[in-house]
Amino acid sequence: MSELTLTVMRLGFLAVLWLFVIVAVQVIRSDLFGTRVTRRGTRREGARSQQGGRAAARQASPPQQRGQQGGGRQRRNAPTKLVVTEGTLTGTTVALQGQTITLGRAHDSTIVLDDDYASSRHARIYPDQSGRWIVEDLGSTNGTYLDRSRLTTPTPIPLGTPIRIGKTVIELRK
Amino acid sequence: MSSTTNTSTHHTSTIGAIGAPSRRNTELALLVFAVAIPVFAYANVGLAINNEVPSGLLSYGLGLGLLAGVAHLVVRKFAPYADPLLLPLATLLNGLGLVVIWRLDQSKLLQSLPNYFQAAPRQLLYTALGIALFVVVLLFLKDHRVLQRYTYISMFCALVLLILPLVPGLGANIYGAKIWINIPGLGSLQPGEFAKIVLAVFFAGYLMVKRDALALASRRFMGLYLPRGRDLGPILVVWALSILILIFETDLGTSLLFFGMFVIMLYVATERTSWIVFGLLMSAAGAVGVASFEPHIQTRVQAWLNPLREYKLSREVTHDGIVHSDQLQQALWAFGSGGTLGTGLGQGHSDLIRFAANSDFILATFGEELGLAGIMAILLIYGLIVERGVRTALAARDPFGKLLAVGLSGAFALQVFVVAGGVMGLIPLTGMTMPFLAYGGSSVLANWALIGILIRISDTARRPAPAPVTNPDAEMTQVVRP
Repeated sequence: MSELTLTVMRLGFLAVLWLFVIVAVQVIRSDLFGTRVTRRGTRREGARSQQGGRAAARQASPPQQRGQQGGGRQRRNAPTKLVVTEGTLTGTTVALQGQTITLGRAHDSTIVLDDDYASSRHARIYPDQSGRWIVEDLGSTNGTYLDRSRLTTPTPIPLGTPIRIGKTVIELRK
Repeated sequence: MSSTTNTSTHHTSTIGAIGAPSRRNTELALLVFAVAIPVFAYANVGLAINNEVPSGLLSYGLGLGLLAGVAHLVVRKFAPYADPLLLPLATLLNGLGLVVIWRLDQSKLLQSLPNYFQAAPRQLLYTALGIALFVVVLLFLKDHRVLQRYTYISMFCALVLLILPLVPGLGANIYGAKIWINIPGLGSLQPGEFAKIVLAVFFAGYLMVKRDALALASRRFMGLYLPRGRDLGPILVVWALSILILIFETDLGTSLLFFGMFVIMLYVATERTSWIVFGLLMSAAGAVGVASFEPHIQTRVQAWLNPLREYKLSREVTHDGIVHSDQLQQALWAFGSGGTLGTGLGQGHSDLIRFAANSDFILATFGEELGLAGIMAILLIYGLIVERGVRTALAARDPFGKLLAVGLSGAFALQVFVVAGGVMGLIPLTGMTMPFLAYGGSSVLANWALIGILIRISDTARRPAPAPVTNPDAEMTQVVRP
């Protein structure tokens, strides 16, 4: 066998061996899973005629949403996402998929509030048996406000009603 | 309110929980890769030595592929959420080991030795048995927490396994170390390799119960937490045990492995650095103490301190009654002549190591023929296996699984360190085998079982939590509601 072939095989083998190691490390990298954060592109950019755009989006989304939920179990006018409208987290949305959403300064909260007026476990939002979304204050110091009234008991959230926690305002949207 | 949202849509993001994917297809792809590399190496060796592609290439490739495929299917069926890397990494190492053992079989120099035999076919058989054991572990060990019940039985089993080589008529003294037992009709077996796993089960079960006593009941002295006297008991017993192994079986490697594994697990269980300090001091004291009167160990230490002198003595006729061996010096020369990129597979002269070139010293062949670049890749692959083991321990939800995974991967890492360090002249040489690479049935079988247990723990650890049960009554109510 010629010297050249053997040299090529020798270097080729080392290259393949290292390629395997690198691929394995890549697998480890992609194996770190946690929370998926999807950055949304600049939708509706410039178009300040947001009312029209909003209306169009609203018309387009409900059938799609219903298709996803399957079987029409989702009630009409059921919210599909929680949107932070004021505060440092403005613009963050959380998809409502039947899970309990916790809010507070604790690191394991679904929405971690960076706010001196928030307690570490401030409030939670969860669906009740009929699928309505309920907000409950978890004994916070400064209180949770549902449209200006301070919460005392778990209360159903109407669509689009602001919930205020310290400087953060969230609301449920379709 | 809504205007605030719309002005800030440019940094809108959605947070949603994602679970661990099962990643079986990643494993399959990596496994194909891991079978292809040894086949390439096999063709390379054949071309370099005999100027032709070896005739057994297809059957070797198919055989290894079939074994890996069976292992993969079993993992897919019985441990669907297991770590995707452990199986391909182990397969690659085993395949490369087979190729290099075959390559050493072809050496004219080794063929002229009196106790020469074709080692590669046997190693292939051991590999098949090893994967069979791996499959058996996955089939019968549905949940690793079952092992917790057998804590003290494991201790007993481990002691029996360790004592077996000393039983007259059963044990065999091969080349100065009494670590084998003869099984009539089957050949010899190294029970120490299996004791490693069984002992890890015992340590994990024991420490899980005693960790609080060991961690909290301690006095602070000079920055170290000194444990109470009665809590020192177990570590002293294990220390004494490993010293006894060292004395009676003259097996430095195994005693280091057991003691090191215990100290690692003790540290992980209690988070006390003082245990590591104690462990290092005690193992150093023990090793020095035994080395001062045990001639077999002394020879090893002498060969380590001055390999060239040993090389010279092995060429001369000496009358001190000690068998001098030039193996270590030959191995060091092999590493040196390999250089950065190596001589190429099949083109080195590591067969000059002669005896044990394909078992204890197999790393020297890799070092010579693949060079520093290749040996680094091999060591990284070992490192990745250990990393996945430790990652499994981090992800495991139960303390027993955590400790067991740490213990097994720690033992694996220690074994690699002890062998590689010995062959490269960093520490005195011990009679241990490189996991998966070296020729040896016990080692291959035990390490496949070890990987099987790690895969079982990682499957349990990565399995997503069961979805919240939807209450059927709730739906009924909904239907009735107008």
